[in-house]
Amino acid sequence: MKYASQKVAYWFFAAAILLLSLQIVYGLIMGFAHMGYDGLHSVIPFNTARAVHTNLLVVWILLGFMGSAYYIIPEEAQQELVNVKLAYIQLISFLLVGVAAIVGYHLNYWEGRKFLEIPRPLDWLVVINVLTFLGIILATVYKGKKRTTTSLVLTMGLVFAALLYLPGMIWFDNQTMDSFFRWWVVHLWVEGVWELIMGGILAFLLIKLTGVDREVIEKWLYVIVGLTFLSGILGTGHHYYYIGVGKIWLIVGGIFSMLEPLAFLAMALFAVGMYRKGEKKHPNKLALYWTLGTAILSFVGAGLLGMAHTLPQVNMYTHGTLVTAMHGHLAFWGAYGMIVFSFITFAMPNLTGRRLYDTTYGQLAYWLSNIGMLGMTVAFGVAGVAQVYLERKFGMEFGAVQQEIEVHFLVLVITATMFATGITFYIIEFFRFGKPTNEAIGFEETMKKSN
Amino acid sequence: MLSKSQARTFFLGGTIVTFAIFLGLSWNSLSNDVPKQTHPENLTEQVVRGKHLWESNNCMGCHTIFGEGAYYAPELTKVYERRGEAYIKAALMSKVPWAPRGRKMVAYGFTDEQATDLVEFFKWVGEVDLNGFPPKPELKR
Ligand code: HEM
Ligand code: HEM
Ligand SMILES: [Fe+2]
Repeated sequence: MKYASQKVAYWFFAAAILLLSLQIVYGLIMGFAHMGYDGLHSVIPFNTARAVHTNLLVVWILLGFMGSAYYIIPEEAQQELVNVKLAYIQLISFLLVGVAAIVGYHLNYWEGRKFLEIPRPLDWLVVINVLTFLGIILATVYKGKKRTTTSLVLTMGLVFAALLYLPGMIWFDNQTMDSFFRWWVVHLWVEGVWELIMGGILAFLLIKLTGVDREVIEKWLYVIVGLTFLSGILGTGHHYYYIGVGKIWLIVGGIFSMLEPLAFLAMALFAVGMYRKGEKKHPNKLALYWTLGTAILSFVGAGLLGMAHTLPQVNMYTHGTLVTAMHGHLAFWGAYGMIVFSFITFAMPNLTGRRLYDTTYGQLAYWLSNIGMLGMTVAFGVAGVAQVYLERKFGMEFGAVQQEIEVHFLVLVITATMFATGITFYIIEFFRFGKPTNEAIGFEETMKKSN
Repeated sequence: MLSKSQARTFFLGGTIVTFAIFLGLSWNSLSNDVPKQTHPENLTEQVVRGKHLWESNNCMGCHTIFGEGAYYAPELTKVYERRGEAYIKAALMSKVPWAPRGRKMVAYGFTDEQATDLVEFFKWVGEVDLNGFPPKPELKR
């Protein structure tokens, strides 16, 4: 940490991991319901649990992105955040909107569109909030001494993410139109602009952790985000195969979405390459683990498992089955969950000035959560493939198939418990660091020299 | 070797070109495909009310429609064809959770009018040309 205002990032991270733990609770409720134990049905029916689970996911990831930006931008621009108080207000108001939405979901108050369940009045509050956030970031970049490619790509990702929220707020009578524009938010976020945010954070981490020259890293950053948009924008077509629009999307979506894994492959090769090339003087080895981990698992979860069902011939059968849930988990975790964890792991010693670098708890958190998530992916995958064959190929009735595959949800709950144990270790470790302090200014540099 | 400014040109060029094509294709879909494949002329007030009920109760939180939604309860795109009006209305109007094979649905207890609106919505949904989705089971025993 070099600037006192970076401390605000800590509170975004604390909020993010607390919301993740709540997300896991609702995930387990759904896991048990799939297994046949729906004792909570009258209080928390499945659709409530699901809306809470996925919205908390998006909210904690966004909090992680915002916290990372509040940390990265001052250091890149060589300028304190222009208004720290406003940043705290922005955090608190964001959390309040989130809480209101979640309470609403328990009272049957929502918009009922997958991932965009937040009711319209709260949408507007989100918009105001995000504008405040962007205002602080942009003003800091503008006032700063330097404008680096890393901060440019990161800011661009954040601005586009905000803009792309808007198509999800248009009202349509026609379900096809509704779905068409819902994907401008959901797909163009995760397979477009969020990759810019991820790329920006990854570049910053690699510059810090490997010591490789900034010019080299930022050149590859352009190549990666270039590949992202080149494939990802037209790749949106893989959601337009079967919603009531033309067959041209089968060709365009098929070809371009098959290219999407290239961006993730490039990210993995880039991270591993820079690691090999670097001088490895940085003492924060765990942050390096997480960084390499996210580069590799995002390629597996988003790239390979996305590719597995993206051709129209395959997607015809897997569309809207548990195969999608399999991919959704490892993609979201491997790419966006883990990049946020990488950044928190990197930032904590620097924010608090505590030398908790390669601890047992930190190691346990890393291995248990990642192996747990891989296990969950297998459980969803086996259930999904069985569902595809029994229901879509053999024509068995939905309910009968679900009873057949209940056992895989036992595996899901067991591996999810492992994942949750890892996260628990992470949270304990997080609080062992204590609060951020101004005494930590310059700590990272000192530690690097003494290493 | 590739220079940084070449890399930036690749990024900007690729983005602008693919985005322009994407907007063109989207325009084409909305102005040509949607009128042909979704029968907008059949979007009666009842259908629209049905869609609103579908959303305000987050039915997508358990079911899928056009293959989009959750994986806890059946795909409903062709439910009208599969079950018919009486069955659907019984499920929607039930005051106790509808629970074929034990998995419970929320007991909405809709009025007859609301249930009819939803049935009309499902009828409209079932008639949309989805390029062959959902697939017909081919290995039926
Ligand atoms: C980090 C990046 C990614 C994330 C977080 C992600 C996440 C998701 C999620 C949550 C869904 C379900 C969406 C919904 O039904 O509303 C989904 C669907 C899908 N994803 Fe991804 N994805 C990523 C990258 C990719 C890539 C690179 C590909 C292709 C190579 C891909 C292919 C697909 C396909 C084909 C579907 C549709 C599944 C269906 O028809 O039900 N995804 N993804
Ligand atoms: C204890 C851990 C977890 C459990 C037991 C769990 C379980 C589930 C279940 C049962 C569903 C609903 C599937 C359906 O509609 O039938 C779901 C949806 C989802 N979860 Fe989780 N989850 C867990 C953690 C996570 C984490 C850590 C992430 C992301 C980082 C995540 C991301 C998602 C996403 C994106 C969906 C929507 C998938 C789709 O619609 O295709 N979950 N989860
Ligand atoms: Fe996609």
